[in-house]
Amino acid sequence: MAATRAAGFARARVELLVLPGLLIIVALFLYPLVSLVGISVYEKGDWTLRHYQRLIDVPAYVRVLQRTLVMGAATAFLCLLLGYPLAYRIATTSGRVRAALIAGILVPFWTSLLVRTYGWMVMLNPQGILNKALISAGVLDSPLTLINNTTGVLIGMTQIMLPYMVLPIVAVMVRLDPALMRAARILGAGPVRAFLRVYLPLTLPGIMAGVLLVFTISLGFFVIPALLGGTSDILLAQLVEVNINSTLNWGLAAALSTLLVVTTLILYAIAHRYFRVSALWGDIR
Amino acid sequence: MKRQRDWSEGALNVFVGLVLVFLALPTLAVIPMSFNSAELLVFPPPGYSTRWFKTFFQRPEWYGAAINSAIIAVLTTIIATAIGTAASMALARSRFRLKGAVAVVFLLPMMVPAIVTGVALYRSYAVWGLAGTIPGLVLAHTIVALPFVVINVSAVLNRMDWRLEQAALSLGASHLQAFLRVTLPIIKPGVMAGALFAFLTSFDEVVVALFMTGVDTVTLPVQMWAGIRFEINPVVAAVSVMLVGLSAFVFTVYALLRRSQP
Repeated sequence: MAATRAAGFARARVELLVLPGLLIIVALFLYPLVSLVGISVYEKGDWTLRHYQRLIDVPAYVRVLQRTLVMGAATAFLCLLLGYPLAYRIATTSGRVRAALIAGILVPFWTSLLVRTYGWMVMLNPQGILNKALISAGVLDSPLTLINNTTGVLIGMTQIMLPYMVLPIVAVMVRLDPALMRAARILGAGPVRAFLRVYLPLTLPGIMAGVLLVFTISLGFFVIPALLGGTSDILLAQLVEVNINSTLNWGLAAALSTLLVVTTLILYAIAHRYFRVSALWGDIR
Repeated sequence: MKRQRDWSEGALNVFVGLVLVFLALPTLAVIPMSFNSAELLVFPPPGYSTRWFKTFFQRPEWYGAAINSAIIAVLTTIIATAIGTAASMALARSRFRLKGAVAVVFLLPMMVPAIVTGVALYRSYAVWGLAGTIPGLVLAHTIVALPFVVINVSAVLNRMDWRLEQAALSLGASHLQAFLRVTLPIIKPGVMAGALFAFLTSFDEVVVALFMTGVDTVTLPVQMWAGIRFEINPVVAAVSVMLVGLSAFVFTVYALLRRSQP
């Protein structure tokens, strides 16, 4: 009886511990967010959808939205191409090699985004390391344009997003029973067939989570397209910034932000069905 | 059969090696550039010197920005770790209505794109007089860092045996004593990991800070941004090398904490 009362008392107090954080997030984050959504639909005392209408009507804006979706999809594709074999190697080795491979993924993950983007500027510019190396090796006659265009953005985004692809796929691969592949081989399937019919379908949840995560996070990217991309082919986040800092069109910036947040949260919810997204930032061992 | 397998394994290893090079390349590329003696991003550098490191420590716009970032990151780490650990305790130990929704609210700052957070906070904080101030930046970074603390602390709390705390309580410890003497030592690796995440999140954060910093409160990433976007300032390479060193150090501590978790 006394114990129950004590436990009940402790419970009542312990749930109050959520309040400081909740208060800060609601007052200093959610309120500003909701009020930003507000100015996208409410103006001078009236409800309006005209900012959203402009996103559909102005061809330049439509192109920015399309380009953002295409770049997100292309980044996800490239990350899958590079990340799946890496994930397979991590899942099928152990000990030091595995630890080294995981460190190879996590160390860049922990390195400043700005540093890595600057590193690509150093690597890829016409006077940069890559062009100089290719020219002195006789592969090229004149430098390739790898920066201030779509190529630069894709290279930068793929490098930044690769861990988000690899970690969910590894999480699925390490849980697979290796006996399934042996069974497929014993029953007469060749290595390619066993991979395509058994292994690949079983790792599909990891692939889905990785692709969705990379695509989703890519939609909101600002730093990489701003530094590695050209001035003519901007993405959604840059259009938001231009509307705040240059054209001072808060209504349109708010509509773009709302569109981005709603899309992002829906995609996270879908990705969460395949993979516990929070595991990326601390749960994986 | 065996030979075919060796061949495909070898090809896989070469491919994986190349992907790892691709991952490390931009980070490694900044090292030779930071010891560059020239004003431009030319490779190979015409000569080597430490002049850009010296410039960093001589110019107030650079070391001042680093000091601002350090102050903001330390305050953010203290507040986010305390508040996040408290919230994780509440989420792990109690059952209340809407608990699932509250947990999602704590993860939201991580999921909302930084550009949107920056624009939204800038607008409201400007009205409240917080934009461009150190307290404003600390609050913004605390919000961005909170999810990482909650995730790391919750991961440890969910594996913890609650009977240990109950035993302390039944032996006469107060709730505070039980927390400080029993629970906290057990969950310490998670709390420390969350604190490291919070520190790096704040110290490296650029997009929200771009909107929130004022003339006197420029942070290091914002100063680097200006040095990259509007000119090619070689001091950025020197700063980058120092930041890579910091990240490597923090990651090593994090990896060691990982190993010591139950």
